[in-house]
Amino acid sequence: MPAVFAEVSSWMPRASTAAEQVDWVFGLILGICMVFAIGIFGALVVFVVRYRRRDRSPATRATHHNTWLELAWTVIPAILLAVIFVAGLTGFIQLSTPPEGAYEIKVNGKKWVWAFQYENGYIDDTLHVPVDRPVVLTMTSDDVIHSMYIPAFRLKRDVIPGRYTKLWFEATEAGTFDLFCAEYCGTKHSDMISTVTVHPPGEFDRWLATASNFLETMSPAEAGRTLYKRRGCAQCHSVDGSRMVGPSFYQSFGTTAGLDDGTSVTVNENYIRESILEPQTKARAGYQKVMPTYQGQLKDAEIDAIIEYIKTLK
Amino acid sequence: MSVTIPSSTRIPDRVWPDQNQGAPDYLRNSRGIMSWIYTLDHKRIGVMYLCGILASFLLGGIMAILVRTELLTPGPTVMTADTYNHMFTLHGAIMTFLFIIPSIPAALGNFILPMMLGAKDVAFPRMNLASWYLWVFGAVFLIGSMALNGLDTGWTFYTPYSTTTNSSVIAATLGVFILGFSSIFTGINFIATVHTMRPKGMTWFRMPLFLWSLYSTAIIQVLATPVLGITLLLLIAERALGIGVFDPELGGDPVLYQHFFWFYSHPAVYIMILPAMGLISELISTFSRTPIFGYRFMCYSAVAIAFLGFLVWGHHMFTSESPMAAVIFSALTFSVSIPSGIKIFNWLATLYRGSISLTTPMCFALSFMLLFTIGGLTGLFLGALATDIHLHDTYFVVAHFHYVMMGGTLMAFLGGLFYWWPKLFGKMYSEFWGRISCFIIFVGFNWTFFPQFLLGYQGMPRRYFNYEEKYQFLHVTSSTGAFFMGIGLFISAGVLIHSLLKGRRAPDNPWGAATLEWQTSSPPPLHNFTDDPIVTEPYAVAEFELEPDTGNYIRTEEAQPRNQLVETSP
Repeated sequence: MPAVFAEVSSWMPRASTAAEQVDWVFGLILGICMVFAIGIFGALVVFVVRYRRRDRSPATRATHHNTWLELAWTVIPAILLAVIFVAGLTGFIQLSTPPEGAYEIKVNGKKWVWAFQYENGYIDDTLHVPVDRPVVLTMTSDDVIHSMYIPAFRLKRDVIPGRYTKLWFEATEAGTFDLFCAEYCGTKHSDMISTVTVHPPGEFDRWLATASNFLETMSPAEAGRTLYKRRGCAQCHSVDGSRMVGPSFYQSFGTTAGLDDGTSVTVNENYIRESILEPQTKARAGYQKVMPTYQGQLKDAEIDAIIEYIKTLK
Repeated sequence: MSVTIPSSTRIPDRVWPDQNQGAPDYLRNSRGIMSWIYTLDHKRIGVMYLCGILASFLLGGIMAILVRTELLTPGPTVMTADTYNHMFTLHGAIMTFLFIIPSIPAALGNFILPMMLGAKDVAFPRMNLASWYLWVFGAVFLIGSMALNGLDTGWTFYTPYSTTTNSSVIAATLGVFILGFSSIFTGINFIATVHTMRPKGMTWFRMPLFLWSLYSTAIIQVLATPVLGITLLLLIAERALGIGVFDPELGGDPVLYQHFFWFYSHPAVYIMILPAMGLISELISTFSRTPIFGYRFMCYSAVAIAFLGFLVWGHHMFTSESPMAAVIFSALTFSVSIPSGIKIFNWLATLYRGSISLTTPMCFALSFMLLFTIGGLTGLFLGALATDIHLHDTYFVVAHFHYVMMGGTLMAFLGGLFYWWPKLFGKMYSEFWGRISCFIIFVGFNWTFFPQFLLGYQGMPRRYFNYEEKYQFLHVTSSTGAFFMGIGLFISAGVLIHSLLKGRRAPDNPWGAATLEWQTSSPPPLHNFTDDPIVTEPYAVAEFELEPDTGNYIRTEEAQPRNQLVETSP
């Protein structure tokens, strides 16, 4: 039965060592369930048809209990449940102990963007990993509980503010797969999605080197645009003037903006910098105070690049 | 000293004063709105609960239809993301706290429990009325939060989201807190009633399984609900006063909230399903014309479920708690499925060589068995650790708990409503349209929720407003099924409304059941029985035979002397 299920489920990518394990357990449980479901449904239908009341005939069953029979359908399911428990357990123990020397990536979840920090300090909003190498994600959240979920890997772990949780995997297939937030986190919970790209052997280091020196290779405004997309600004701030969770960046530089305490402020370099590092200090009137701080998460050069990008949005 | 007394134990006259002989039934013995507002009659309180929870079910159902409509396309269809989040939160909160938890115990249980027991009322009639008014106040707060500022936390109120969102969490949690007391009052009342008001001859093992299940449920209500109350007070304290309990910003622990919450809310799952199981036992036995198979195992399994239900809360947190805790909770979780399995097998054995009539209540009971089996079996995927890591917080979980809560409890509730309807209002309904509605609901239910198992396995997370296009086909299928099921529910409602207006007068015992509530008129008089009920074995259905002229079942003469019981005299 597990083998049959493995065939049937080929419409779902199975891209990690854990996925094979989980699908095997899934197939085992499915097999046991099918046997019980067919037995129970079959018996129900047969009994209802066979013993349908005709001409007000009385019931013909003489016994109203049978201790051995009842013990049998207590003990046999109990044994099968023990089998399922052990199958689920063996997979789980492997899933929850990261191997020594796994490649570490730091993950930060915040409303409503993922930040993946690689060993050289570079931060991206998509997850990139090498194939056939154990990777461990060390995760924490800035605000509420999120949950890291990669269906193709069959893995999930909650990302909790105030503590670190770990999730490890070994990707077995190159390609790009979905990455979701699975713990409800508010307005744009369903947009807190990203991708995981599994690189073929050797390509991961090349990708990391190219991706991480964008500040040197791009103009400041271009780099700012890249940061705008990668670091979560785009989740709440539009660049075409449309209203989203936060104020639009379009034609905002140099204007005067009203604050929630009734005063107003000119949108200049200092105000943008302050809003990135201490977003609650001067919150804009008419918007929810939900922006998380980027203190310690954006370098000065990166903040400069974002300011340059906003200046170009005229 | 052991003596043999006839089982037709007459209840002494002093317990059952004869003053109600010939008196009008409970619906007509007093008139005017005040006679309902101040009523202490458990039957009238049951009817008021019934109206309240049916209104809540309609409201929650409309929200479900709006949610399914929104999910027809990825991205916005008919509402914004914020509105969607409010909709699914209130759908969950209303269905859980205002509908499912009180549905069978507070509405049907209030009406049936004293009569089934052979009592005149519950032990504390004033407390019973108070529990109804608490329900009303709680409902006002919970539904009022919608009008105030909405509620977008999900029905679980997980911290720190719930302590930081700007929706009206305090009003809603206060509502749930009040509803909790309503539930506790009902529980205390049922426990006291079962202990103190059983008439002579009604021994523990002569109690119908519906009473066993209501009793077990009442124990959970009394022991678990205070934990919810404390948790919600802590949540309000953190939100209003900034006392750090759950929020790490204030030195709290967000996972602690989940433990507190599920310490109530997992037993609450059994508050929802246990009464349904007891009710189904009544229906299956009556409509198979044979005693329930393995009565004592059924009694013990109800109590076992109530007990084990307290030990499994941690299985909601496999992805957030420590691996060791997850292993322990997984093992405990499997243990609770054993008594549930016993019930399914015993129901099947009851059907074996019975004489089965497919009346409307029986159709709902058989639907319950099919859907609850699927719900129970899919729970195994979630109880096993490795597979839960993949399926947790996906549509697989949504499908699973709808199979148990809706396919289970709602189906049982509807079955019970159609079963006791003649007793409640003294009217029969159209069997033809009743069965049609059951068939449409059954088909529509599977059409709605089976695709969600596939969605979940494919990784579709729950509570998603927006989704990837590859999931759209299954979402559209599911939504179509929901609209179809809605039609079935409206037909059910139509059948019952038509019965109230145009229904044929119901005989005292239209189904030939042996439990005591059928030994009085339909609808019953104020004090339930004008003649003392005869306490017999609860499932001696074979002793009743149909009188073709009246449609009423009466106890056959020759059955009387066979009916003996052994009892220890005081």
